[in-house]
Amino acid sequence: MAGIEVTALHKRYPDGTVAVDHVDLSIGDGELFVMLGPSGCGKTTTLRAIAGLERQTTGDIHIGETLVNDLPPAERDIAMVFQFYALYPHLKTRDNLAFPLRAEGLPKPEVHERVNEAARLMRLGPLLDRRPRQLSGGEQQRVALARALVRRPRAFLMDEPLTNLDAELRADMRTEIKHLQGELGATMVYVTHDQVEAMSLGHRIAILNKGRVEQIGTPLEVYDRPASLFCAAFIGSPPMNLIEVEVADGKLRSAGGLGLTPPPGLPRDRRLVAGIRPEALEVTAPGAEGSIPARVVSAEWLGDEIIYVVDHDGQRDVRVRMPPTIRFAADAKVGLRHTGGAPAVYDVSTEELVA
Amino acid sequence: MAVSVDEAVSTGPARGHAPPARRFGGRGRSVLEVVLLTVLAVVMLFPVLWMIETSIKENRDVYAIPAEFFGFKVTMDHFKDVFVAPGGGRSALSVSFLNSAVVAGVSTVLATVLGVPAAWAYSRFSVKAKKDQLFFILSTRFMPPVVIVIPIFLMYRQAGLIDSKLGLILIYAAFNVPFTIWMMKGFVDEVPAEYEDAAMLDGYTRLQAFWKFTLPLLVPGIAATAVFALIFSWNEFVFAIFLTSSDDVRTAPPAIAGLIGGTTTDWGLVAAASVVFALPVLVFAYLVRKHLIAGVTLGAVRR
Repeated sequence: MAGIEVTALHKRYPDGTVAVDHVDLSIGDGELFVMLGPSGCGKTTTLRAIAGLERQTTGDIHIGETLVNDLPPAERDIAMVFQFYALYPHLKTRDNLAFPLRAEGLPKPEVHERVNEAARLMRLGPLLDRRPRQLSGGEQQRVALARALVRRPRAFLMDEPLTNLDAELRADMRTEIKHLQGELGATMVYVTHDQVEAMSLGHRIAILNKGRVEQIGTPLEVYDRPASLFCAAFIGSPPMNLIEVEVADGKLRSAGGLGLTPPPGLPRDRRLVAGIRPEALEVTAPGAEGSIPARVVSAEWLGDEIIYVVDHDGQRDVRVRMPPTIRFAADAKVGLRHTGGAPAVYDVSTEELVA
Repeated sequence: MAVSVDEAVSTGPARGHAPPARRFGGRGRSVLEVVLLTVLAVVMLFPVLWMIETSIKENRDVYAIPAEFFGFKVTMDHFKDVFVAPGGGRSALSVSFLNSAVVAGVSTVLATVLGVPAAWAYSRFSVKAKKDQLFFILSTRFMPPVVIVIPIFLMYRQAGLIDSKLGLILIYAAFNVPFTIWMMKGFVDEVPAEYEDAAMLDGYTRLQAFWKFTLPLLVPGIAATAVFALIFSWNEFVFAIFLTSSDDVRTAPPAIAGLIGGTTTDWGLVAAASVVFALPVLVFAYLVRKHLIAGVTLGAVRR
């Protein structure tokens, strides 16, 4: 296993589109590193550049100590799992697994042994003699993972491997991948647009937008203190409420009068926006202490929680996460107050975290 | 299933009592459809039927008035005349059929060998002004051949390609390459690029990946495309008649056309030659009938 260093990566296609503007990544040995972002943010292009399937316009990629810029994919000693599983349709599972080993020219007994080992690890025993067409989506993806495993590569690259599976299977496979990665101590770069996948899998997450890295951090860091307005709006379901605030008399207040704990080091004379997680707000009975008057617009009953959408003076559609036991009818007059610690505060003009 | 909710939930007696007008409309419509299709089929197929009949009639039956549909004496003499010269040996017509086979075959192979990799490249790679390039390639097929036949004739005279099979092969290949690129690009688009990506990670070069994994999956598409190209080259008339003159080089379409004229026309021979000429096309068209429909409804093949 090896770490991966991506330095000042830039990819521009002949037709002029810039897929990756500027990306620096430093991925540790044995780390499960997730690249998260909306479609077109450059995450897949970055991954394909690491794999050698795309040649970057400028920038360097190191895998371990090796500068791999000019190495073809095969010589980079990496394995990749695709969203579309890319199992060879004319080969049985067994031969699909053996294929990369045979391509390497390994002796037969070793190929056999490694295939069996990977099959055992991914529990593919009964599927070994079937062709991809005879496998379900989940089974195909397990074969694809096993196919990556047999190589014993220096790093695994995963390109949205779970996107085509249904929700239940996806959760299972997520657990499986995480378990496998831990057991093998494998370096894994995982691309996804699904924040739940990113949060649950990643040791660290890089959030990409428009070909640039917006933030790199552990799932908790990314969740608690999104580095930019983009990250704030992207992470969390529902995402942060972005509420315009101003500093007055050492207090932080929204235009509608909602009082917030001010974080230290707030800049002066700037237009500011506070990012407040839905769980850091509370819907109360009208007139409760510290609350401001608000109105329930709608409520999403999710079973384990209720998401209230409330309006208050000058601020529309504030989302509040509440336990299912506290119920208000739509259109009810209620109170709204902030219960969490100091919120993340952003400068409106730079869109970056300032405090 | 075209069952509306109302129909599906209606109970016993109400069932099957569709509005009378609609029921009549449905039956009347299908009768009309059958009549129209029959008329169309007769109009389309009668010339073919007549050609086949003429090819097996004796010459006096061919000219008989009123025309004989049934009960004439069947002869295979005309078919013999297609292949055997009056004094024995190969007839000029049989040579022209051979020429057609060579010209159509070689030009199709050439167009496929050039067009398939090009289609793959256009499908897989990011190319500067790809759309414009593809449009330009397609635009070479916009003009009817007769528009450019004089410039081509002059160029060929300079290059010494007049009245040569090579000349015909080249011009047919030039016409078939754009077609091959466009049709094959549709097929390549449907083969996921991930196969090649995976193969490259497994240790193959890009070309090997194309050759070993994508190409086998393209075989049905290549076959269909090649048959279209083959039919085009086989049927082509305009270039063939302008660019060739000697019997050694002439392909079948101008050779058959050459039978008509002079003082008398041996219609039996013309018909028999036409039947022989049409057979390969019919066979190939039958083989690719599925793709033929897709090709006619343009856009069904290409995504």
